[in-house]
Amino acid sequence: MNNEYRPYTLIAELTYRCPLRCPYCSNPLGYAGHGNEIDTDTWLRVFHEAEALGVVQLNLTGGEPLLRDDLEQLIERASRLELYTNLITSGIPLTFERLSRFAALGLNCVQVSVQSSRSTESDRIAGAPSFHRKLEVMQWVASLELPLTLNVVLHRDNIGEIAELIALAERVSADRLELANAQYLGWALKNRVALLPTREQIETARTIAADARERLRGTMEVIFVTPDYYSVHPKSCMDGWGRRFIVVNPEGLALPCHLAHTLPGLRFDNVTKRHLADIWHHSDGFNQFRGDGWLPDACRSCDRHTKDFGGCRCQAFHVTGNAGATDPACSLSPDHGFIESARSQASQSAGVPILFEYRNGRGFAQ
Amino acid sequence: MREAGQSRFDRRAGRYLLLYPEMGLELSRTATEIARLCTGEWTVDGIAQHLAQIHSEISPVEIMRDVRDFLKTLACRGLLQGFK
Repeated sequence: MNNEYRPYTLIAELTYRCPLRCPYCSNPLGYAGHGNEIDTDTWLRVFHEAEALGVVQLNLTGGEPLLRDDLEQLIERASRLELYTNLITSGIPLTFERLSRFAALGLNCVQVSVQSSRSTESDRIAGAPSFHRKLEVMQWVASLELPLTLNVVLHRDNIGEIAELIALAERVSADRLELANAQYLGWALKNRVALLPTREQIETARTIAADARERLRGTMEVIFVTPDYYSVHPKSCMDGWGRRFIVVNPEGLALPCHLAHTLPGLRFDNVTKRHLADIWHHSDGFNQFRGDGWLPDACRSCDRHTKDFGGCRCQAFHVTGNAGATDPACSLSPDHGFIESARSQASQSAGVPILFEYRNGRGFAQ
Repeated sequence: MREAGQSRFDRRAGRYLLLYPEMGLELSRTATEIARLCTGEWTVDGIAQHLAQIHSEISPVEIMRDVRDFLKTLACRGLLQGFK
């Protein structure tokens, strides 16, 4: 098999349902129901097909994966397939007994996110009371000796709390701390004006995170993800389209990234209708932006395209209307002016409170 | 000293992978042998001595260096418990 296109990670989005309503949710807009979720047997088959294809890592995510009552079965099968299985969760709703069951069935690690280091603020951003329960869940994870990642999506209302967030991660004995700036797609793009930090905020936070990374080396891995809007070069989105990751969404669509199906004109296949290996190797959607044949001339002649693989297709589409355009995050993009004006807007509105639009659809109720 | 990840054989590459949250390391044959002894029951010196007995064709000094280098790499990434 051509190893250039070998998937290592399956991102299983088990549901779009979620008890939280974060305004930067990475789920697509307008999906919060569970009418068409694929069933347990289909997921189990997908795990087998993914493992046979080369996948060794499994992220169980959502929405909130805990809302699936077959999670035990899924974890048990993943463990039998020797998939390194990471549960990405808000921790709600969960009991210690259920988490213990997951651990006994072979769950490898847990990622919990908080919205802020302060309970009131965290609950405000999440749109639901959740902070204290998250702390409790992280203690359970530590007590079961499962590796713990604490994830915080950064934006202008919480990026000033970097030092407190690091202290929180130390307090809950996290093994990894992901300080990840929101990526401005989906809900975060809708709320960009309320969320995008200023350059000064980013630089201050980055310095504090870099110091912590040094100080905690060997105890906790501290990762700081800069938003594309403040990078000179685009990020290597998903490590390149259809190179390392397969996302299967709650309805069974197999995708190169979690928003690929929001791009018009691309056709993606459903795992209920086509074998995953066939989709990975031969489907139009996965092949659309592989290699460098599709790149605009300016990108193809730039030696960075072997590092960033052309950046993010969804960002290109949402900003320029053309999914095949140069990622506007690149300072060489003809559309980079959009990014510059967003930065300037952020700097002008610094300190001005702006209401964000909560992700709608409470999940439980639908 | 205990290794925090999980190793599995990778049929495609024909070698072992050491898997951690969001990442994996492809192990050389030597690294595989070292990683397998990171069970919590061995010391660094113990691992090096054990491997030196198996690989008498390689100098113990070289083995000790390989063991320390590899374990240090893991420890720096926070992937090893109890390494000093």
